Amino acid sequence: MNGAPPAPQAEETLCVRIRKRLRNGSGPDFTLDTDFSVPAGFTILFGASGAGKTTLLDCIAGLQHPDGGRIAIGETVLFDSISGVNVPPNRRAAGYLLQSLALFPHMTVKQNVDYGLTHLERAEREHRRREILASFRISELAGRRPSEVSGGERQRAALARALVTRPRLLLLDEPLTALDAATKGKIVDDLRAWIRRHRIPILYVTHNRDEVFALGENVLVLEAGRVLAQGFPQDVLSRPRTESIAQLAGFENIFDCEVSAFHIEQGTMTCPIVGFAASLEVPLVRVDPSQKVRVGIRAGDILLGSSSPKGLSARNVLEGTVTSLEQQDVTVIARVNCAPEFVVHLTPGGRHALQVETGSRVWLIIKTYSCHVLQ
Amino acid sequence: MILQALMLTLRLAIIVSAILLVIGLPVAYWLAYSRWRGRFFAEALVSLPIVLPPTVLGFYVLVAIGPLSPFGRWYQSLTGHGLAFSFEGLVIGSVLYSLPFAVQPMAASFASVDRELLEASALLGASGWRTFWRVVLPLAMPGVLTGTVLSFAHTLGEFGVVLMIGGNIPGATQTVSILIYDQVQALDYAAANHTALLLLLLCFVLLTGLYGLRRHRGWELR
Repeated sequence: MNGAPPAPQAEETLCVRIRKRLRNGSGPDFTLDTDFSVPAGFTILFGASGAGKTTLLDCIAGLQHPDGGRIAIGETVLFDSISGVNVPPNRRAAGYLLQSLALFPHMTVKQNVDYGLTHLERAEREHRRREILASFRISELAGRRPSEVSGGERQRAALARALVTRPRLLLLDEPLTALDAATKGKIVDDLRAWIRRHRIPILYVTHNRDEVFALGENVLVLEAGRVLAQGFPQDVLSRPRTESIAQLAGFENIFDCEVSAFHIEQGTMTCPIVGFAASLEVPLVRVDPSQKVRVGIRAGDILLGSSSPKGLSARNVLEGTVTSLEQQDVTVIARVNCAPEFVVHLTPGGRHALQVETGSRVWLIIKTYSCHVLQ
Repeated sequence: MILQALMLTLRLAIIVSAILLVIGLPVAYWLAYSRWRGRFFAEALVSLPIVLPPTVLGFYVLVAIGPLSPFGRWYQSLTGHGLAFSFEGLVIGSVLYSLPFAVQPMAASFASVDRELLEASALLGASGWRTFWRVVLPLAMPGVLTGTVLSFAHTLGEFGVVLMIGGNIPGATQTVSILIYDQVQALDYAAANHTALLLLLLCFVLLTGLYGLRRHRGWELR
């Protein structure tokens, strides 16, 4: 029957060491080969599409079988190829929010939420349902069908249905991608509030880099079936150890900055780069004065000039020297030392027109809105 | 005469569609979800009665349940009478003959239930059995209903198989369609007209009811 054990008080860690080979019709076979652990709290599983994120979640939830390895939550082994343990999905006590949400269309929100609670006594069931519906602000929708509520409300109902069973781990497969930023933010706040009371490991899949910084306490970068890096988002994505993480992160340039001045009427603030003389004009965000912020700039968003530009609206003009030029496919990657060093992408045509060589003096032009404040 | 044949036909159709509901559901479920590579073989087997002449099916069933087969002998030793030319024999033949009409709509509607809903059900702790009753069956209801009504209507109108297996014994194996044939053979066209009209109306009312219900409940098949 419904063997979901009660969530223990102690924080548990999810340990995943699995190998799974996926046949790929025409192309080469794909192998998922990972070894990582997820502590209680939010862990972002970040990777491009096709990196194996959904397959990994399916294996943890028990919907797909790894070829080998071991999956455990706390002391409980969910899968172990050596001892032959393979707990079926209905006994894993894993909350898994599928991308499609998979709310039962023939049931009301209340019936959906109750679905995982049939093993409980009536009073306990009603108590839990009331509590979770209130937590996710959908108490008034209890009598409606999924087709009769909005997209954001459906997400809330699906989260409530998954969490009301008090799972020992939670897997979220891009659950909020379809929502606008405001709706998403409110749902995330409610989810965070719930997580503060129930400390369980949460794997949150996304390929949206903004969500990594917004949500993550911990980020796991998956590429081509392998974990490339794990740690704090800032550490992993700002000091990318590999080219692919930098590409995933999308910010080839990430700087720690202080906030030295706010220009409220101009909508900007001045942020000196820590350890250097240069400073950046970035969009105004709500931070305390003297608080540190991290600013990301995509290499393709930076303009390169061969003489000091005049008559521009761009607020950031930095003078520097080209230290290296390297061409990859149709992109020329220039490293320009402006103290600090910037990475700039330009086209081979642009390189030719500017006549830049290693050692050339150049000016970098960066729009305020190309500077992304990451926290 | 008509009343007797009509009651016998209805009794046969009710029993057959009830049996097909019970055995059709698991067969359809298996056809819809099995990952067995030889599934196409089973699909062909189930669909066979659609294309097979009723006389062919009836002939083999007659042989299989007759006193020369082990099954027929076993049944005779158990009940004291043979299956051929009996009501029970008719039931067996009709179940086989109407099997695809029950199974195909059921299997189609099982297959149309979103797999992720089944996964969601399991992830919420439900057993396979509970998932079937609470998720699959309610969502596949239009197909299950269609399959049951079609097998009922198909049994009402069958002729060849009944004639082969049951013969033409009033009160035991004479269904309405056999009676019509009998009346025409006797050149009693007026009586045949009455009987035929009755069967026509019955089938029409039944199908109207089915489609009306589906529309009313929003059960249009996708």
